[in-house]
Parts: sequence; structure tokens; C-alpha cells
Amino acid sequence: MSLKNDLDNLKQKGLAQIQEVDSTKVLNDIRVSLLGKKGPITNVLRGMKDLSAEERPKVGAFANEVRDTLTEAIEAKKDELQAQVLNKKLQEETIDVTLPGRPVSVGTSHVLSQVMDNIEELFIGMGYQVVDGPEVEEDHYNFEMMNMPKDHPARDMQDTFYITQNVLMRTHTSPVQARTLEKHDFSKGPLKMISPGRVYRRDTDDATHSHQFHQIEGLVVDKHITMADLKGTLEVLARHFFGEDREIRLRPSYFPFTEPSVEVDVSCFNCNGEGCAVCKHTGWIEVLGAGMVHPNVIKNAGVDPEVYGGFAFGLGPDRFAMLKYGIDDIRQFYLNDIRFLHQFKVED
Amino acid sequence: MKISYQWLQDYIKLTEDPDVLADKVSRTGIEVAGVDYPSRGLKKIVVGHINQVEPHPDSDHLHICQVDVGEAEAYQIVCGAPNVAAGQDVIVALPNSRIADNVKIKKSKMRGVVSQGMICALQEIGFSDSVVPKDYANGIYVFTEPVTVGEPVFKYLGMDDAILDFDITPNRADTLGMHGTAWEVGAMYNEKPQFKKPVVTESQTPARDLLKVTVENKAKVPAYYLRVVENIKIKPSPMWLQIRLWHAGVRPINNVVDITNYIMLTYGQPLHAFDYDKLGPKQIVVRNAKADEPLTTLDGVERTLTTEDLVITDGVAPLGFAGVMGGLDSEITDTTKTVVLESALFNGTSIRKTAQRHNLRTDASTRFEKGIDNASIQEALEAAASLLTELADAQVAKGILVGNDYVAEDTVVAIKVSRINHVLGTTLSTDTITDIFERLGFGVKLETDDQLMVSVPPRRWDISIQADLIEEVARMYGYDNLPSTLPVVAMNPGKFNPQQQFIRRAKQMMQASGLSEVISYGLTTETKATQFLMTQNDVLTKLDWPMTVDHAYLRLNLISGLLNDVAYNIARNQTDLAIYEQGRAFTKTEAAIRPDEREYLAGAVTGLVKQANWLQTKQAADFYYLKGIVDQFLTAHNYTGAVTYVPNEKRPEMHPGRTADIYVGTQFVGFIGQVHPAIAKAYDINETYVFQLDLTTLLTLTSERLISQSAPKYPAVTRDIALLLEKDVSNEQVVTIIQRRGGQYLQNIQLFDVYQGKNIKLGHKSLAYSLTFQNSEATLTEDAINEQMAKIVDHLKAEVHAEIR
Repeated sequence: MSLKNDLDNLKQKGLAQIQEVDSTKVLNDIRVSLLGKKGPITNVLRGMKDLSAEERPKVGAFANEVRDTLTEAIEAKKDELQAQVLNKKLQEETIDVTLPGRPVSVGTSHVLSQVMDNIEELFIGMGYQVVDGPEVEEDHYNFEMMNMPKDHPARDMQDTFYITQNVLMRTHTSPVQARTLEKHDFSKGPLKMISPGRVYRRDTDDATHSHQFHQIEGLVVDKHITMADLKGTLEVLARHFFGEDREIRLRPSYFPFTEPSVEVDVSCFNCNGEGCAVCKHTGWIEVLGAGMVHPNVIKNAGVDPEVYGGFAFGLGPDRFAMLKYGIDDIRQFYLNDIRFLHQFKVED
Repeated sequence: MKISYQWLQDYIKLTEDPDVLADKVSRTGIEVAGVDYPSRGLKKIVVGHINQVEPHPDSDHLHICQVDVGEAEAYQIVCGAPNVAAGQDVIVALPNSRIADNVKIKKSKMRGVVSQGMICALQEIGFSDSVVPKDYANGIYVFTEPVTVGEPVFKYLGMDDAILDFDITPNRADTLGMHGTAWEVGAMYNEKPQFKKPVVTESQTPARDLLKVTVENKAKVPAYYLRVVENIKIKPSPMWLQIRLWHAGVRPINNVVDITNYIMLTYGQPLHAFDYDKLGPKQIVVRNAKADEPLTTLDGVERTLTTEDLVITDGVAPLGFAGVMGGLDSEITDTTKTVVLESALFNGTSIRKTAQRHNLRTDASTRFEKGIDNASIQEALEAAASLLTELADAQVAKGILVGNDYVAEDTVVAIKVSRINHVLGTTLSTDTITDIFERLGFGVKLETDDQLMVSVPPRRWDISIQADLIEEVARMYGYDNLPSTLPVVAMNPGKFNPQQQFIRRAKQMMQASGLSEVISYGLTTETKATQFLMTQNDVLTKLDWPMTVDHAYLRLNLISGLLNDVAYNIARNQTDLAIYEQGRAFTKTEAAIRPDEREYLAGAVTGLVKQANWLQTKQAADFYYLKGIVDQFLTAHNYTGAVTYVPNEKRPEMHPGRTADIYVGTQFVGFIGQVHPAIAKAYDINETYVFQLDLTTLLTLTSERLISQSAPKYPAVTRDIALLLEKDVSNEQVVTIIQRRGGQYLQNIQLFDVYQGKNIKLGHKSLAYSLTFQNSEATLTEDAINEQMAKIVDHLKAEVHAEIR
């Protein structure tokens, strides 16, 4: 049984050798020397022809077993060595993850655009159209259609930039409503619209006044639109923009184009109505004007005020932005200091 | 209008705290801007009696006064007022008192003499200069009615009152008088205000024997009443009257003037008093002024009248503007004996125009402009006459002189209860609504349970239609009590229109490309408005009456605004900028009433577009950086026409060698390039690249309909080609040739190198392209590609004299 002993020795020796190897190259050499065509196992197997027919399968089986054991050991060692190499490589590749990332330049949207987008999207969601109109308007649409005939005190010269006697820079976006109402076909459903845009007033620029600012006006006209609908709509707006916990309250006011007319206050988002500097210790902040469309406005647009009526509101995105972000000077919006603009990174 | 809480108590009983009242008024009718408590913050200010005055030994104007303040010993107070004298009852701020503006008074020494407090002027205890009677304007205040020494001064000066500042909207001029205010507040508290009817005791002298009255322009003067009051003794008004005036912000002058002002504050009816003896002919004629007729008004200003101005004359010369301001010549003075009192109704528009024309807005003109109570014109006259007998010992001549008579009538508005509920979204009962109208002093007649006839008195001239009545119901019922609902209507989809979508997408793409949005002014200077024109045909629009030269013209371009912003930032050391604006430019067209408003998109980059940091080197803005952004934006829209860039050296504000007009197909859509260095210098900015696109035009262009292609199954083949070209040959020329000759499988042409200098012939340059061929049906053969490349090379050689490197 010396062949078997030889094989056994070979196995023990081989396993010991494999165990000590520390490089894949040496391991490969060992594999060749042990299992190769000129290796000892092949030799042993070659010597099997001298064995008896009885012994031959036994020794053969043992030789195979030794070969498999060694092959497995080599494979295992190989995996182990490769893992070691990989680990070493990975260790060498370690970087400082706290170093700054590669800069990506993405521009910001102007804060006023953000405010307007936000409000436009709310109203789009409620089935309103967004309607644009000219910034240079006719007196007819800016004033007369809005129930401010020629001698109306509310249209004093100093408030309006005129271009000619009948053409002016629009002082509000209401003329867009007049134009839209005039064209609207009520057989196709109610009119639900907002009109955002730039407006102009003859004012001296200072912290709270700007000769150019923005407005979003809303108008809903149909056969049965109530003041309660106005209140509910403004509640949705206030909560959307200023926070879910906000309350609103209406106070009587006067606008030539609405009757009844109201100022709308929202409960202070800074102090929750307890009183602070933001709300001048009243708990409420005036945010917009609104009312039920004056019958003359409906009539001027060629619609029958006995049948149709509705509500209108107007808000200032500039004021909304100032309130929401604590901006204390309206001129900031139009000076475009990049450090100011870049603060408003994400639209919400 | 400043409303005295105590005065209001004459008409209605109020128990509520003035602050609570103010809030309620704000929530129900008229915004109260604030509540002023005149004595708040003041302390230890008492009545003193000056026993003795002697000059200060070390001063030429100070006096040493011994003042009885109700204590055992007199206080010694040093006083610098010129009008201080022994025997006066005065306002004394005791040691450790607090006067206006939170100033603390202490015992002190003035030029070596001990002073135990201060004798005060009205201004020093919080009165505005504008209400202090002239006699006390430059000195201490002296009491003229009995006062108790040592008592706090507040009750004697009416300072224990609360003054509510009503911020009155133009429609609520009815509260420009205390009676109207009482109606408004009374309605809130369900209290009917009580007013005393004036009673006039007349003398035997008939007024018509003293004066004749004629109104020529009756259309502009619907009501005109006069009374003649004789034997007047001009003197200061009693304290109670002065207090009411100064709380209302009116300076007490003398009894006659004060009474006219007091009646105006009471009824909201402006009155005027003329000095009868100063009339030439004893008559009053109301007429339009003659052109260039002179009039010196009470404020001492000489004015030149126009035929639009309505004047009161004595038949010869104007005595004053009707309803705006009287004239100096007929002013009430200390020697006035007989007075003509006028109470009238003038046309509001006429008054407003005169006030505007002469820049003369007064308490009277404001009230006529906004509307007065037409029903109390005569009553106000009677109240004034009655007070004159009481306070000026005068006799009222018999009879009212009538220039034009007017009968005020209630306005009757028919309204249905159901209509009110329909508009408000409420379910109010007929009783509730009737009650609200009655509290407001309106008459209500029930035609049926639903149909009401509401009679609105003339003092509420603002109410004439149903909507006005609905507002009254809404505010009195309380806006807090309105339900809160959303409109229930047929639903149409809410969506942005194609232009809105296009503009939103454009803005998003600019931001994604690293440009930040700015918003500049639409109005600018003439120079800036007319720079960077899209076409030389653009016509400028000017404001008729600008506020400043900086904002006098409507912009024809967006770039000048961007450059303003660049300059603003560079001046603040922000030198690396990438910005854009989306907005309108306004070009005048002869045919249209309004200018054409075109939506533009413009951008500007300057300084670094990449900062140097630990893994990248810095990169400065250049033409190609901006072109990349613009091109990406334009090509993304897949227009039918190709996007091309055509050099244009003729744009005056642009660098002649670094500017291109941009076309889509044959349509000009904008331009891009470097701002001309001279212009950059004028703006005080560094090297800056800009573009401007006409979105309105782009919106009219057609895009290829996108039909999806499968990702190719067969490999693409890439061939590089390097060309030596004369310097003037453009990339576009080369690309055009390659495209034209590249065959159907040429997919992409990538310029990967541009070189001139060493190893390149003088006047030449090298361009290297990578060409990608792709057949989606099959693998391309070498031969086919070689054949195509040969064709390209031949044409490049022939058409632009290219040498293959």
C-alpha cells in the first residue's frame, strides 16, 4: 500500500504548503507542481497500471480524492489571497469624503416668480385659467370698465403713468379681467381666472413703495357665486401660502370695482395670533383686498348683472414675499443683488 | 377724521373701552388707524398759579417765578417763556414729573437758581404745533377759565379723552362729521343717536334788507343759503369748544372761525363766514371766475383763476373760492362786526378740479368732493347762527337768504331678502335684515315677506343700488358669521396655455443651465431703452409725465436691465454672474393704440463660470459658454428650420467680431455676443456676454413632430478628420459641406479640436472633426464609409480649399 501512503503524504505535504502560501503566483506554482501533468499525483496515477485489478479502483478513487482535496484547498486559498489583494487595494483607494463635491451650477428662480408660480399652481388645481394681458393699457379697460369713470377720485393723476390721454401703464391687473369677462362665453361654463403680472404706479421708490410691482387678481363669475365662496376661496389661498393653521378675517373696505368690498387679514404666521412685531401686536396681517364684483363691472363687460355675479380679489406677490421671508425693502426685488436672489433656492 | 370719544358721548351712550370700540368699528365699518390717549404717559402735571415773577439776575430772558401748586409753600420755577407773568394760571410739570416724549422733569438749578419743575407750553405736554392757539404758540399756555390750583391739568385741557383716528374710505364721507359717526357707531351698538335741533332767535332786521344773493351757475351750486349775523363780539372761544377743535386737529382762532369749523366737524357741512363790512356792493354773487381774475386766498397766496373755477363774489371781485377756501380780503378779523354765514352744496367734481388746479386741498374741499349730507345744509347754518348768538353775543338778522333751494330726498332701493342671501351665501331672516336696516336709520317697508323697499336718508349718499344694501347687511351681520364655502360650478380644466407653458419651460431651462432669474424695471432711460434693439425698426414709447428721468421710457430690450444688474453687483464685488430675465419689450406701432408687447428672454454672463477649487481650474465666461446655453435651449424645441448663427458686425452695442444673429430657418429670432467694450465701460462692468431672444416669434415657429426611434441595434462607426483651412473659413461652412456630402448614414459631426499657431501655416487654422455614421438597418461596411469620406474630402478640398492633415 505504499502508493496509498505516498498519496497520503503528498496530500499532507501539499496542504501544508498551500497553507503557507502568501501570493497567487506561488500558489499557481504549487498548483502546477502538485496537480500538473508532471506532478506527483499524475505520477502516482501513471504507476497504477502496475497494480492489481482489485487494488486499482481503490487507489484510483483515493488519488482522485487527494487531487480534489488539494484543488479545493488551492481554490480556497486563491479566494482568500484575492480578497486580501482587493482589500488592500480598497484601503489604498480610501478618499476624504468630507472634501467638497464638484460644483454644479444651477440658477435660481426669482423669489417673486416663486411666489407667483406657487399661487398660479394652486388656482390651476382649482380649475382656474391663468390669463395674461397687456402692461400698457387703455384707460377704458384700466379704469372705465372697472367702474372708475373719468372724474372718479380714485384715479388721480399722480397714481398713474400716462402715455397719452387714453393709454397708460396698467395700475392693476384688473383690466385683464375686464377683457376676459367681455369675451367670455358663459354657455361654455363659468369664468374662473387669475391674472398675474407687472403693474405700475406713479410712486417714489422707497422701502415700502415701488413704481413697479406685481399683482395677482382673481375673478369668478357665474350664476350663483356667493360671498361665502369668496371667503372659502381666500381661506384656501391663505392656508396654502401662509400655512395650514392660518385663519382669515374680512374687514369692510372700499374699492370702486367691488361691492361689498373687504380687506382680508390672515392670522399672524409668526406668533400664531398672539401679537408680535410682524403683525404690529394685533395678531393679524393685512394681505389682500377682495369683494363681490360691482354690478357696473359686470354690466360694462356686456354681461347681465341680474343673472351673473361673482367675486374678485387682488393680492401683491411682492407683499406676500416680503411677509413670508421677512424682506423689509421692496427695492430688493428689482436691484437683483445676486446674494439676495441666491437665498431663494428651492421653490415651495 | 379724528373722533373724540367724549364728544361721541353727546349723541350715544358708550360704555365700551375706546380700544374695544376702535376694534369693533374697524371690523364693522371704518378702519381705525389708532387710538390716542392724550394724557397717557404723562404724570405730575398740575395747575399752578404764578404769584410772583422777577427777572433772573444772570440772564436776559429767564424769569424766577413763585408758583402756587396747591401745597403749603410756593414752588420756585425758572421760566424762559416771553409771555410769563404774575397772576397767570399755568401748566406746571412738578419735580419728577413726566412730560411729552417720555421726558422726565427734575428739580434742578438754572444759572445758579433752583428750579422746582417747569412751566409748560402745550407742545411740551404733547400738543401738535398745528393746533396750539396762536397766542400760546411761542410761550407757555395760560388758562382763561377758572381752574383749581394743584389739580392735574388733564381734565381742563380735555386730555382725559380718547381720540380715535378714523381712516375713512372715499365712500364713507358720511363719517366726516360727528353726527354721521354717531349713526355708524350707534348702529353697531343698536343705539339710536340723539341730536339737538338748533333753535335760532332772530332779530327784527330782515336779512334781505342787508344783503342780496344771486347764484349764476345753479348747476354747480344745487343749494345755497346765507344768514347775516350782526353785532358780533370777536373773542376766543370757550374752552369746551377749543378742546373739541384741537382734538380734531383744528387750531382754535376766534369764536366766529371756530364755530364754522365746529359745525363742519359736527355735521360734515363746510361753512364759510365773510366779513360783511368788506363787501363792496352788499351782495353775494356766485359765478364762474373770469379768465385770469386774481384772488388772494386766506393762506396769503395770490392765485390766478380760470373760467372753470367757481367763486363767491360781491358782484365785483371774488371773495373766495366756492367750497375750497375764502379770500384774504373778506377774512374775519378782530374788528369784524357783521358776518355773512354761508352753507351750500357745491358740485364735487368742480371743487375737486379747482382744488387740484390750485393745489389747495382743504377740509372743506375734501368734504364737497366726497359728498356731504344734503339734508342738513340748512340745519348746519342754523346751528352756526344759534351758536353765534350764544358765544359772540350776536343778533341774527331775520330770514335765510336763498341763492338756490334744494330738497333732499331719501333714496328708495327695492331689494329681496332672497337676493341678499343669494349673494352672501347666508340664510338670514327678513326680521334680521329689517333690523339691520333700521339700526342704520334706514326706513323699511315690507311689500311681501321677501320684497323690501328700503329708504336710505341723504346722509348715506353712497347707497343707491342693491349691492350697497347687501354690503350694509354683510358688515353689520358680521363677516365672521359668513359661512365659508367653495364655488359649486360646472368644472372646466385649469391649465396653462401654450405660451405660458413655453415661458415656464424657457425659465426652467435657463435655471438648469446655471442662469439665475432677475426682474428689472420695465421703465428706463431713453438711452438704455433704445440699446440692444432686435431690429432698427423698433419705436420708442415715452411716458407723458414721468416721475424721474431714470424711469421715463418703456424698454425696447432686456439686456440694458441685465447690465444694470451686472453693474450693481460688480460695484458690490460680485463679479461672477450668470443671470437671465424673461419679460416684455414694448415697441410702438403706428396703427395700434398700444405698443406691441413682445415676450423676450435675455441672459448675461460675466467673470468666472467655474471657480477654481481643489479639483477644477477656473473657467471664465466666454462667447461659447453662453452659446452652449442658447443652443441647447433652441435645439431642444426641435424646430423645423435649422438654428444658425450669422456673424453681424453692425450691432452698435456689441463687439463687431464676436456677435452673431440667430436664425431658426430663415426667421431672425435674436442675437448673441460680447457687449462692446465701450458700452461695457459706460456701464462700469467687465467683459460680459449677452443674448436676447424673441420668444413671441419663437412661439410661432413650427417644430418637427417627435416620432420615437428605437435605439440602434447595429454598431456606429466613427471617423476622425483633421483639416487645414484658411483662417476665414467658418466652422459652419465646413459642417454644411460635411452634412451635405455625408450621406444618409452620417449621424453626428463633433468638432473636437480647433488649433492655430505653431506648426500651422500663417493665416490658417486646423479644425478636427469626429464623424459618426450609423445605419439602423445593418452594419455599415468599411467600403461604404470610405466612399462617403472620400466624397466629403473632395468637396472640402474643392469648396473651401481644405488640406487633409
